[in-house]
Amino acid sequence: MTSVPTGTAFPRRDFLKGGGALIIGFSLCGAAFGQEGVDLVALATGPDQPDLKQLDTWLAIHADNTATIFLGYVELGQGSSTALLQIAAEELDLDISQVKSARLDTNRSPNQGATAASAAIARGGPRVRSAAAEARRTLLTMASKRLNAAIDRLTVSNGIVSVVDNPKRTVAYGALLGDKPFDVPFTGTAPLKPVSAYKIVGTRVPRKDIPDKVSGKYVYIQHVRVAGMLHGRVVRPRGQSAYAAGAKVLSVDESSVRNIPNARIIRRRDFIGVVAPNEWDAIRAAEQLKVTWQVMPELPGHADVYDQMRAAKTTDVVLKESGDVVAALDRAAHVVSRTYRGPYQAHAPFGPACALARVTADSAVVMCSTQNAYDTRGKLAQVLGMPAGKVRVQYYEGSGTFGRSCYDDAAQAAAILSQEVGKPVRVQFMRWDELGWDNYGPAHLADVRAGVDANGTIVAYEYRGWQHGWSTTETSQQYLFRQRNTTDSRWLGVLNAVAQAAGWMPRRAAARLSDANVVTGRGIAVGTHLSSYAAAIAEIEVSKDTGRIVAKHLYGALDAGLAVNPAFIENQISGMLVQATSRILKEEVTFSRTNVTSLDWNSYPVLRFEEYPEVTPIVIQRMDQKSSGAGEEALCSAAAAIANAFFDATGARLRQYPLTPNRVLAALSQDESN
Amino acid sequence: MWKITAAPDTPLLYVLSNELGLQGPRFGCGLAQCGSCSVLVEGVETRSCVTPVASIGSKSVTTLEGLPSWYARQKGLSKAPALHPVQQAMIDEQALQCGYCYNGMIIKAAELLSKIPQPSEAQIRSAMNGHLCRCGTYPRITKAIQRASRMIPEVSK
Repeated sequence: MTSVPTGTAFPRRDFLKGGGALIIGFSLCGAAFGQEGVDLVALATGPDQPDLKQLDTWLAIHADNTATIFLGYVELGQGSSTALLQIAAEELDLDISQVKSARLDTNRSPNQGATAASAAIARGGPRVRSAAAEARRTLLTMASKRLNAAIDRLTVSNGIVSVVDNPKRTVAYGALLGDKPFDVPFTGTAPLKPVSAYKIVGTRVPRKDIPDKVSGKYVYIQHVRVAGMLHGRVVRPRGQSAYAAGAKVLSVDESSVRNIPNARIIRRRDFIGVVAPNEWDAIRAAEQLKVTWQVMPELPGHADVYDQMRAAKTTDVVLKESGDVVAALDRAAHVVSRTYRGPYQAHAPFGPACALARVTADSAVVMCSTQNAYDTRGKLAQVLGMPAGKVRVQYYEGSGTFGRSCYDDAAQAAAILSQEVGKPVRVQFMRWDELGWDNYGPAHLADVRAGVDANGTIVAYEYRGWQHGWSTTETSQQYLFRQRNTTDSRWLGVLNAVAQAAGWMPRRAAARLSDANVVTGRGIAVGTHLSSYAAAIAEIEVSKDTGRIVAKHLYGALDAGLAVNPAFIENQISGMLVQATSRILKEEVTFSRTNVTSLDWNSYPVLRFEEYPEVTPIVIQRMDQKSSGAGEEALCSAAAAIANAFFDATGARLRQYPLTPNRVLAALSQDESN
Repeated sequence: MWKITAAPDTPLLYVLSNELGLQGPRFGCGLAQCGSCSVLVEGVETRSCVTPVASIGSKSVTTLEGLPSWYARQKGLSKAPALHPVQQAMIDEQALQCGYCYNGMIIKAAELLSKIPQPSEAQIRSAMNGHLCRCGTYPRITKAIQRASRMIPEVSK
């Protein structure tokens, strides 16, 4: 048989029918497996907690004059791993092609906490920068001796150290250290390169992960396989019940999967899983297995969730209070009181969580897409009943998760199943596991009162919110946003930038109402997540007969301080504008009185190709400011701009999202004066 | 030469992933709703997660990895390029974020351009509508498909 290139079409002769099974014969030039060369036994040894005060924990210099940077933050698709390499290359005076990052591994990588809340560059950048600067200083000290020249007479380009007035006297980093450890402490005292000298930071370096991602060579967690492993699936009710209530097992009917002889049922208290050598057998067995679950506490049902939140016994927490809001509201010329509602929403990663675990009597290796490997290790240690130092966690990218979704659950399920069967087990969640058992973004209900004086200046603002077991009260005599909006140059910067990009001309909102069936509107908003400054403008169409809103064009401006790579932030802004459109127009977790019922992409719809708005991302580059978050900072402003655009288009307000056709039609049929 | 045995109702996806070790098609929903598992069957975009392997019969299957060879055959090139023009355009546009959906995006776009070499934006949106991207990179995918359509020579066969 002729060889078939890996992955190409396999022609007809390769499919041979035999007996009851289909037999596929083929040959491969170049084995498709083992790309990662995962050696689980070797992985199970090694230090359990790299020393943050050793320079070798942060980077290594190789004989070929390249460097490996050990990043404590993971790539989630934002490009932050490339951006951190830009920072390292800049301080080391290496070309970007001379640096690479290592897979995050609890036994090798510095523990920098979770890759969450847009922290990778804001918190990770300074440490990488400082470590790289210290490595450069150490290398220059070595070069000074080798070249017999004072350090201040040395210059570095692409990792080649040369003497200023004698450029023929050179030595490469690789020749100075070549694959040997620095073996010096990381003191954090090396001077940093001045921003004015930056050549790589602030530029549009292409992402390092993209070529392998488009060719199919990139290894996502879903691709990892090891010899002798079993496929596992978790068995549980379709859709979770009341939050944290879990699901109690009353009985398991093992005969229900008797027709799948290779499948084995594993039970540990209320955890049930199945394993099989063949993935399809594991999937079928998990679907078929009959389990009787205890009927769980009742949910409020989808329609009644907000009433129940308001009626529930609450523990009130005051997050912020300044001035006397009641007095200020009394004095205000105009007071507006409104109630806002937002649903439970799912993180909804596109690829369900996946993990592979090999657990032995005294050690465990778990590969998964955790955003916090050290935290995951601690949880795994608890589940497995072994010290954290015996558990090693390795990060493999999954699909974008957008927050803490189900990756810890998948890692723990794989670990439990592996511990039970004594073999490596790979667990991949099904779509209903991921959407039905997510740690959802909580529903919220908010009563807001705001007062303005005769000039339209906001003089009072009160926010009372109910959210999943907690409520907040925020009062302020002068609405914080307004204060910033008028005094802070960075808020004004994003606001002006977005207005200029969209050609915004001031006029009164809803001043151009039309009798046409399809009407247009535009809205503007500012907002943040934690640390950065964002503003957005939305241009929308509303169809009065169908109630459908179409987002036509969204503009988003973001000031996240020093933009290490403006192109990556543009991509983040574009993504946020699209995902915000999805969240404000479509997304809503639904549930019955017993279970979550939005379990697939039909019952949990997200924005589709035919629905995306044109997007205009604007990055405000602030070379003189610290880098702050860029991952989710523009979401709120984009969503609010769409809601404001609806008012501009129709004169009606929607205060509950998603802004579905039913809600639009209801709002249009109501008198807005109430 | 390897021999693989699979139950006839096994979805093609699991044969491609587990028996052949291919990384293009990947599990996203198992319900033919998202497109992450897409492959070309006789040049037609097909959801491998719900396609029984037995139904493939004598048809040819092309995955993301085989797309450059498939393109070379289509265009009568003597040698397969390193990447299909759609793959190259995705790099040029730096379109991706996580990239998990890009298997299906690239497969579907390659199918589209094989049928309509110069699609309008409306044709692109319509053709791609069955493929979901959670990161919100749709606008860049459209730009990449438009770029690829300019890269592909008009005369073929």
